[in-house]
Amino acid sequence: MKHVYKILSVILILYTLFWGLLNDVPRLDILNETIRNVYYHVPIWFAMLFMMTVSLIFSIRALSQNDPLMDTKAYNASLVGFFFSIPGLLTGSIWAKYTWGTWWTFQDPKLNGVAISILIYLAYFILRFSIDDELKRARISAVYNVFAFVMMNVFIMILPRLTDSLHPGNGGNPAFAKYDMNNDMRMVFYPAVIGWVLFSFWLFELKNRISVLKNKLDE
Amino acid sequence: MNKKVLGILLICVSLLSQAQELMSVSEPQMADRLREDGKIYVVISVIGIIFLSLLGFLIYIERKVKRIEEKMK
Repeated sequence: MKHVYKILSVILILYTLFWGLLNDVPRLDILNETIRNVYYHVPIWFAMLFMMTVSLIFSIRALSQNDPLMDTKAYNASLVGFFFSIPGLLTGSIWAKYTWGTWWTFQDPKLNGVAISILIYLAYFILRFSIDDELKRARISAVYNVFAFVMMNVFIMILPRLTDSLHPGNGGNPAFAKYDMNNDMRMVFYPAVIGWVLFSFWLFELKNRISVLKNKLDE
Repeated sequence: MNKKVLGILLICVSLLSQAQELMSVSEPQMADRLREDGKIYVVISVIGIIFLSLLGFLIYIERKVKRIEEKMK
């Protein structure tokens, strides 16, 4: 029963990998076939955001229950999220090169916000590794993680909406505007988001089990 | 009077020709040929094999963790 979500994630991802290349997409200039990147590049970021949210929940639980294991799980979630942000950045960079004409642009607040957010989480990892005392580490890093999550949302969800952004759905417009995507695309995009979110949760759970084993060994 | 009519007529003609120019702009290019050839399935099978083999590795690791968990009990 506990494997159901894993099987579901694999089915959804395989469906989107295949149908994402085969279905009809709007014929647009500049974007051309690269519009299909919506099925692959964007869900990766959704999975990253989901993992960071999971991380926040476990950090709050670590604080309220005073449980170092919860803090370890929060770290695991943010680690998985971090590893999803790397392909997210790289795929975005390639896509930007062939549609916006540059690998990286400082004109787009979302790109810079993401870069800053990744640095914030790197600082979280460094902070966590630099404290030896288990209880102290759990409390301090959990508090930091709550702030890190808030900062990340300010940088990638709020600020890009306040100014002009090259990303669709930013610069004042709500995301998923009707001009960005048609129903054919939604049929692939939403399953892809769910599939990758479940897949990230699978990785998170596996990492947790390894952490529990490591704790047992240390005892 | 005649000049005015002629002027309006010429403007109309020029607008029409512009409209035709807009109409004749070719559609954005898509990889229709790749799909017609059926060669898109080559790409799909490559992607599928890569994903499935990584998935196999993930399941392998998960089984290994499970075995260690049972040993530690």
